[in-house]
Amino acid sequence: MTPTKTQSNSMMKQGIKAGFPIVIGYLPVAITFGVLAKQTGLSLFELTSMSIFVYAGASQFMAVNMIGLGVSATEIILATFILNFRHFVMSFSFMNQLRMIPLRVKVPLTLGLTDETFAVSSMYTEEAKKEKGDIFYLTLLITAYLSWIGGSFLGGLLGNIIPEKLSQSMGIALYAMFIGLIIPPIKKELKLGLIALVAMITNTICSEVFLLSSGWSIVIGTIIGGLSGVFIQKEGNI
Amino acid sequence: MIFLIILGMALVTMIPRIIPAFIVDHLIFKDWVNRFLNAIPYAALGALIFPAILYVIPDKPIIGLVGGVIAILLSLMNLNIILIVIGAILTVFILSQINWL
Repeated sequence: MTPTKTQSNSMMKQGIKAGFPIVIGYLPVAITFGVLAKQTGLSLFELTSMSIFVYAGASQFMAVNMIGLGVSATEIILATFILNFRHFVMSFSFMNQLRMIPLRVKVPLTLGLTDETFAVSSMYTEEAKKEKGDIFYLTLLITAYLSWIGGSFLGGLLGNIIPEKLSQSMGIALYAMFIGLIIPPIKKELKLGLIALVAMITNTICSEVFLLSSGWSIVIGTIIGGLSGVFIQKEGNI
Repeated sequence: MIFLIILGMALVTMIPRIIPAFIVDHLIFKDWVNRFLNAIPYAALGALIFPAILYVIPDKPIIGLVGGVIAILLSLMNLNIILIVIGAILTVFILSQINWL
């Protein structure tokens, strides 16, 4: 094999490996989505299409719930916009990290951006500078995307194939992954934990005290946390 | 009707995701903006974890919290992320079997 080919393969392997925790987290959630959507009256084709074209978990659950309640299309679409607006902020940060990667690759990467793929990708900053680094990010995002679509399809087709108790316990998976991603950098640089803490507190105040929707609370928490980083990281060495 | 909803949802989700790809290349950010954008992943992770982790088992916030603490401890031991995820799942699974919690 040529050296470039070997490098591509190695990036692909690393991408799948990095994306694997997302798969564990997505599968039970996607299956549950498929089951719920089917119960609400969506066809297997419709619910799988929603996972393919919308690809945003929380908003898909919300939409299915609203469809069941008979809410108008306009309201569902507006609520989706608000709930998913946080990806705009994340995409900005992600694109700034990937300046070296060509636009034709960046565009599909942004389409595969979710909370989880952003969280994982943004912790792998070195790959953006490596040769064939774009393959790493693409593989990671495609792995996650396919597991989301596959899980929704399976849930709609077969019903709940994971026992309920286990599926409910697997709800912690994505949070455990987020924790596993953020602890190593905090261990190296305690200041980064302070940024996360500011975001957590802001998010909690927004959602529990001001009773804002979870979408806005996460957006505000992320922005305030990010701004705190401007002062916390005075030397700009993140 | 469902497809109209899916189309609308797809557009309003896709557009905010894709716009930064086209504008970031044309901008040179001031230093503080770069620091802001570099801090976003840590802020987003914080906001995504808490308080949502408390609602893993909706009526028992303590279970999600303990699962999170176990995940922190396993991360501090430098375990592979898959093991951290499995450890947290097992913790929640065991705790959710205990009725009085």
